[in-house]
Amino acid sequence: MAKMTLEELRKLRSSQKSEMERRDVDGKETHIIVGMGTCGIAAGAKMALDSFLDAIKANDLKDVVVKQTGCMGLCYSEPTVEVKVPGMPDVIYGNVDAAVAKEIVEKHIIHKKMVENHIQDKPAGDIIK
Amino acid sequence: MHYSLSDMILDLIQNSIEADAQRIHLDLIRKADELIVRLTDDGCGMTKGQLERSKDPFHSDGIKHKHRKVGLGIPFLIQTIEQADGSFEIQSEKDKGTTLNIRFNLGNMDTPPEGDWPGLFLQSFCFEGNYELIINRTIIREQGEEAGYTLQRSELQDILGNFNESGAMILLRDYLRSQEEELLDA
Repeated sequence: MAKMTLEELRKLRSSQKSEMERRDVDGKETHIIVGMGTCGIAAGAKMALDSFLDAIKANDLKDVVVKQTGCMGLCYSEPTVEVKVPGMPDVIYGNVDAAVAKEIVEKHIIHKKMVENHIQDKPAGDIIK
Repeated sequence: MHYSLSDMILDLIQNSIEADAQRIHLDLIRKADELIVRLTDDGCGMTKGQLERSKDPFHSDGIKHKHRKVGLGIPFLIQTIEQADGSFEIQSEKDKGTTLNIRFNLGNMDTPPEGDWPGLFLQSFCFEGNYELIINRTIIREQGEEAGYTLQRSELQDILGNFNESGAMILLRDYLRSQEEELLDA
C-alpha cells in the first residue's frame, strides 16, 4: 500500500459518504461492541476487531457501527462482543476469535441466525447496576 | 498481563481517557535498541498518596470494579520493565495531569515484542469521548537520521466524521497502516 495522504483520505471518505447518504439509515444500524479492557486485549480482542472490519469490508456492509468498550465483566470468556441487529435480540458473544468474528458477520448480521456455542447469558454481578 | 508493548501502551492511553483528559500526547521514539515512550495528559491526575498506591499490586480504588480487591495495570507494566532492564518514571499532579516516561530495552530478551502499532493507534483514536490525541511516531536510524509521522485525532475526525461508523474505521485503519508501512520500508 502506498502512503496515503490526508487529501486522499478525504476523497475516499467523501465518495464513500455520497453513496451512503442515498439511504435512510435512522435506527437501522447494526452495532458491534467489542470489549477492549485489559482482559479483552490480552485475550485477542484486537484480532477480533480486525476480523470484524475485514468481514464488513468483504461483504460490503453499510450502516454498521463498531465501538469499543471496557471490560464487560465476563473476563473468563474474552474476547466478548455485544451484537445488536435490528429485529434480533441483543446478544453478547464470548470467546470471539477472528474466525468467530467472521462467522458472526456472516451468520448473525447477514443471515439473522445466532452463532451457537458462543452466546453468553448475562454479565457478571459487579457490572450490572 | 499483556503480550506486547503496544497493548501495554493502549492501557495507559485508556487510563488517560478515563482520567478525563482533554489533550493526550504520545511520543514513540524508536532507536536501534531502545523504545522511548512519553505519554502526557491533562487529566485528573493523582495526589502523592494515590500515585504511590497505583504502584502497589494489591491496591484498587474500587470505583470501576466495586468488588475487586486487587490491582491496577501499572504494577504489571513496572514488573515487565524492571525484569527487562528498562526504566519507568511517572509524575502526576492532582487536577493537572500525568506524565509517563518509559524506556524499553529492545536488546533485552525479556522485553516483550513491540506488537501492532497501527492497531494501537486505531484503538486509541476510537474510544468514545471528545479528547484530543496527538501521536508522534519517530524512528532514529543508525546514522542519526530521523523519520516519522504525526497523527492528530481532531484532524482525522474532521475528515472521517464519526470513527465508529464502520466505513470510517476501515479507512482510518488503511490510512494508519499505510503510514507505518511507508516508515518501515524506507
